[in-house]
Amino acid sequence: MAGPLEPLFDLEEMELSFGPQHPSTHGVLRVMLRLDGEKVMEAKPIIGYLHRGTEKLFEQETFTQCIPHTDRLDYIAAPTNNQGFVLAVEKLLGITVPPRASYIRMILAELGRISSHLLWLATHAIDLGAITPFFYTFREREIILDLFEEYCGARLTLNAMRVGGVPFELPDGWVEKCSAFIDEFPSHIDEYETLLTENRIWKKRTVGIGVISAEEAIDWGLTGPPLRGSGVKWDIRKVFPYDRYDEVEFEVPIGQAGDTYDRYLVRMEEMRQSARIIRQCLDRLPEGPVMAKVPKVLRAPEGMVYASVEAPKGELGYFLVTTAKGTKPYRCHVRPPSFINLQALPEMVKGSLVADLVAVIGTLDIVLGEIDR
Amino acid sequence: MHGPLYDLVLLPLIKIVVVLAAVLLIVAYLTFFERKLLSYMQVRIGPNRVGPRGWLQPIADGLKLFVKEDLVPGQAEKFVFLLAPVLIMAPALVMFSVIPFGPELWITDINIALLFILGVSSIGVYGVILGGWSSNSKFSLMGGLRSAAQMVSYEVPMGFAIVSVLLMARTLSLVGIVEAQKAAHLWYIVPGILAFGIYFICGVAETNRNPFDLPEAESELVAGFHTEYSGMKFAFFYLGEYTNMLVVSSLATIMFFGGWLRPFPNVAWLSFLDVIPPLVWFLAKVGFFIFVYIWFRGTFPRYRFDQLMAVGWKWLIPLSLVNLFVIGLGVLLLKG
Amino acid sequence: MSDEKKTPETTDGGAAAPEKPPKQPWEEKPVPPEHGDGTDDEDVSALARAVEGAVLSADRFAGEVTAAVARERIAEACRYLKEERSFAFLVDLTAIDRGDREEGRFDVVYWMHRFDDQKRLRLVTAVGGDETVPTVTGVWKTANWMEREVYDMFGIVFEGHPNLERILTWEGFNGHPLRKDFPVEGIDTGAAVQPDVYPAGAGPEAEETAGKEGA
Repeated sequence: MAGPLEPLFDLEEMELSFGPQHPSTHGVLRVMLRLDGEKVMEAKPIIGYLHRGTEKLFEQETFTQCIPHTDRLDYIAAPTNNQGFVLAVEKLLGITVPPRASYIRMILAELGRISSHLLWLATHAIDLGAITPFFYTFREREIILDLFEEYCGARLTLNAMRVGGVPFELPDGWVEKCSAFIDEFPSHIDEYETLLTENRIWKKRTVGIGVISAEEAIDWGLTGPPLRGSGVKWDIRKVFPYDRYDEVEFEVPIGQAGDTYDRYLVRMEEMRQSARIIRQCLDRLPEGPVMAKVPKVLRAPEGMVYASVEAPKGELGYFLVTTAKGTKPYRCHVRPPSFINLQALPEMVKGSLVADLVAVIGTLDIVLGEIDR
Repeated sequence: MHGPLYDLVLLPLIKIVVVLAAVLLIVAYLTFFERKLLSYMQVRIGPNRVGPRGWLQPIADGLKLFVKEDLVPGQAEKFVFLLAPVLIMAPALVMFSVIPFGPELWITDINIALLFILGVSSIGVYGVILGGWSSNSKFSLMGGLRSAAQMVSYEVPMGFAIVSVLLMARTLSLVGIVEAQKAAHLWYIVPGILAFGIYFICGVAETNRNPFDLPEAESELVAGFHTEYSGMKFAFFYLGEYTNMLVVSSLATIMFFGGWLRPFPNVAWLSFLDVIPPLVWFLAKVGFFIFVYIWFRGTFPRYRFDQLMAVGWKWLIPLSLVNLFVIGLGVLLLKG
Repeated sequence: MSDEKKTPETTDGGAAAPEKPPKQPWEEKPVPPEHGDGTDDEDVSALARAVEGAVLSADRFAGEVTAAVARERIAEACRYLKEERSFAFLVDLTAIDRGDREEGRFDVVYWMHRFDDQKRLRLVTAVGGDETVPTVTGVWKTANWMEREVYDMFGIVFEGHPNLERILTWEGFNGHPLRKDFPVEGIDTGAAVQPDVYPAGAGPEAEETAGKEGA
């Protein structure tokens, strides 16, 4: 017997351009695949189709003018984007935020987290072929967007925070509406879970798919649910509490296996915890002003600061560099969680099937607005 | 009474036209039924703009698809590309020629009807695979390959499940099967519950419906084998899928649920049920299976391709063989 | 470690502010944080001892320690911090265009995290316009795309990077958008979205359209 057997046919690997126009790339992600049959030999994400030069724009605007630009990063969860940016500026200027403003921020941010996770669940389930959860989650998301609309007039790009607080007092009846929603929301999570959590096909499609170990996850810089799904108990709200997160009680859910199913469970539990935070915030919403005493023109000292928040997708950080007496950021870099989480994609899908690629893209919960900036 | 022209040409022709028209109309309204039903399962309203409560929606859809520009991709294999939708649609319709809708309500009753259906339905695979290949698109090709593998694999346990019905009925004629159930005082679902389960799962897989809709898994393969199709050709694939659903449901009704028979056809005190005509019984049973199809779609995620094949080869085929053996043994012992 | 994330002012009376009339901290004029000496930080001093000539200076501002590190020693310093001081997590890597400056035009910024005591440390290294920086992809895998982004946006070349390609703009794009001399309104690079038709360098240069605004 000499040498290995020659294959009977000419076995070619197929190159497939997955996206940028594809139903399950969640925007304009493009993944170049090298396929052997349906097996992914290599995946190479190609990004930048939505690049708008946000960081360049930051350098042209005053600090307050920058806030609307942050809305357009992770457009699914605008409040946390605003929050990260104003926290960075407040840190730079030494501004203390009145407690009422902090609490309103937290309520908005957690509502944003719920809305983002609902959208994630909807699209993730659709990617795996379950179309029904989409409509159930959008029913609840609609209520959240209505709450946003009532508060600041916008549903998606909220621009709902300012340096030193929040721009508006809560409208009359808002607290009651929000409270009613939060009371019934956990039962809706149970509803989604009956459709998916114990579903045999759902488990077949997610358990053991896209596994990443805790060490690997840290090395790849994963944050948010992808990191917690691997069993690392790490949440910016706990380790560097911003606003008044140190005054509310909540758990940080973690997974064990680091697979798609655990990340699913983590996000489901996070929604419950967010509801819990909102409940506490509503119950002890302090009286007082919603804006600190802030100079009309914000002038920064020379220096660089970094402030981060736990965005629904992971650690969202703003790195702000200023010159003395500067009214604009000299440089503002965004640490987008999706951008860095997406980087682990080739590692997570190597050797799996095309269908798993879809599952892993879904479980990373990427938003291209944030990746491409 | 009538001349041979009437018996051999005119009467069958009328029957064919009536059945064709009825089937196409039902299929068109099936899409409406599915959309409405899914909507109610998904806390929304569904189509309600065209006509009273949306009842003209299928007509509007059909019109839209008719007047759409008929695109053929530049790199496509033109003839095969045109042939594929026909290969899907035609066999699906041909199968209705042997399906009995009620007593004396059939186009023809041939003594190999089941074989005929198995044979004709396999032609549909060619439509899918040729459509996938001739589009010259990678997504279509993958969809075509998937569905070829899937349909061939699931045809085997489906065949075994059907054979177990043959053993009980001792005829291949569909009319004969219904009558055998009447004579046996028993719907075959009772002895053949396992066979029915296998048959229906395979039927869902054969028609590429959720949770086995891998050939057109839209989140993975965009639209699978019909990615490049539009207009009327797309409509043919679409109608073909629904017609096949109708065929699978009809066969399930005939083979396991007594066709047009009312429940317990030989229990005398239930004879008031005869008020409902046999055709309605038949359609109600078929409608139930269609409902189950849509129910599946509203509930289940999609299997992965390798898992689908594993279910077919590792579970359904051995199970159907065991079932065949048990039924065969039972028939041997009881009927001698 | 929550204190470290907050400015000294916030810790004085923000989070657990007792209702002390007459004036609440948010009613007073904000006092910006001040710069201090960061060389006394234990990680910075350990780094200075372990990697000779690495630490040039260190600054403490708003609770964050920033150490200026020599460009040649940066990969070495990062490796030391990761392996010996367990900074396992590279949070962020970016650059700043400082314009004309004698240390070099760019600052490359590394921002790392240690899980044991939730401590963060920033390294800054000055890079000249035509100098290269040793890559840290060998230290943290996550640096891969971050360095590609810095290369794309600033044109800083990372030596030893496995795949230093443009990431947010396309191959064939001319110029580096986040440089201060790149015009805000952008430049018309032709339809250089098809590298075959328009190879790298086919479009106009940034300088040709620069100077209309900003810069």
